[in-house]
Amino acid sequence: MTRRATPGKAARYGMIIDLDRCNGCGACMIACAVENNVPPPDAKATPRTGLNWVRVFRVETATRPAFVPVMCMQCGDETPCVSVCPQNAVDVDPSTGVVGQIPERCLGCRYCMAACPYQARVFNWRDPQWPAGMEQALNPNVSARQRGTVEKCNFCHGRWHAAVEAAANEGKTGSVSYTPACVEACPAQAIEFGDLNDAAFAAKARAAGAFRLLEPLGTGPKVYYRTGRAEVRGAVSGLIEEAKNGQRS
Amino acid sequence: MKIARFLSYFSGLAISLAAGWTVLPQALYKEVPQPASFSHAAHTGEKGGMQCTDCHAFRTDGSFAGVPKLETCAGCHAEPVGETASEKRFVEEFVKKEREPQWQIYSRQPDNAWFPHSVHVTRGKLACEGCHGSHGKSAALPAYRVNRITGYSQTVMAGMRMDDCVACHRQRGLSHSCLDCHK
Repeated sequence: MTRRATPGKAARYGMIIDLDRCNGCGACMIACAVENNVPPPDAKATPRTGLNWVRVFRVETATRPAFVPVMCMQCGDETPCVSVCPQNAVDVDPSTGVVGQIPERCLGCRYCMAACPYQARVFNWRDPQWPAGMEQALNPNVSARQRGTVEKCNFCHGRWHAAVEAAANEGKTGSVSYTPACVEACPAQAIEFGDLNDAAFAAKARAAGAFRLLEPLGTGPKVYYRTGRAEVRGAVSGLIEEAKNGQRS
Repeated sequence: MKIARFLSYFSGLAISLAAGWTVLPQALYKEVPQPASFSHAAHTGEKGGMQCTDCHAFRTDGSFAGVPKLETCAGCHAEPVGETASEKRFVEEFVKKEREPQWQIYSRQPDNAWFPHSVHVTRGKLACEGCHGSHGKSAALPAYRVNRITGYSQTVMAGMRMDDCVACHRQRGLSHSCLDCHK
């Protein structure tokens, strides 16, 4: 399906994560789960069967360890999950650059999980269950996913929807700005969120010391990392490979 | 003999087709009564002079309030203002007892659909009548018929499905990615 964005209004949302600031507290993981109605894992869940849209990896270096939050990279070019999905359940929204995942179309084949070089996708093994009373606190802007489907970070699309609705009501046009839950929750302010079509933000993303995960693959991720420590940059490059081989959960 | 078999075959076929086309679609839906009768015509137009947004308002954050709550009705109808029996009944049954009427919503969509009224009405300048027809001038609420299998109303099945959203967006050359309308 070809999709067009309304000319002049498109955004390319992206993130810049400062690894020198991240202290590995995991607040982003909690905020993400609360925002996106991700149910708590059941007692028997393993790192493989639990649901995390963002994971914080600990990376050992020659000096002190570094912490690396990894979520969906919202790949803009040759998006691997889009090209393998037999159901058209994944698409790249031309008006936001966000890789959309539609659980209602997903048949649960998990081909996209195999294709994703960042291990950013998770599979729902069970229907969501919340402890008694907690379902009262669910976010009405995000629909809960059912069993047998794949899900992932979508840059808090519920918040984007709310921002679009508010902007339309005020008569504003063009791309909207909003803040995803992980960015808001980070006590170290390690994550910055913005529009890569905005020259100032794009320049910041490409400044010295910035890099993207597995850049040589050519997937065009829109999540940028930044660190002033050369040893961290070297250690992070091996991170995804280790996760894939099960050496790290 | 041959003609008798021919006739029985075609009469059987005719009966099955008739049942399939008329009886089953009717049996698929059941009618659910609304908690009270309501006349849009009595409120709008020359008689009432109200606009759609007087009751179906936007909240300050741009979200749409939908069917008004009892307090909106009670703002005018703390006591009956007209002569009709249905209004009197509404005031006594709901307003005075502070009992929120459980209206059946004709346009109720699945949980994963996101339809922002402000984007369509405020920014897109679509008239209410474009989607809701002459509902605002109707003298009585139409029958609320719910699909026994899906639980959605016949109104949704007849013209408020995803295909209808996408058709309009395509026609106008607008974006129609999954997350544009799904949450």
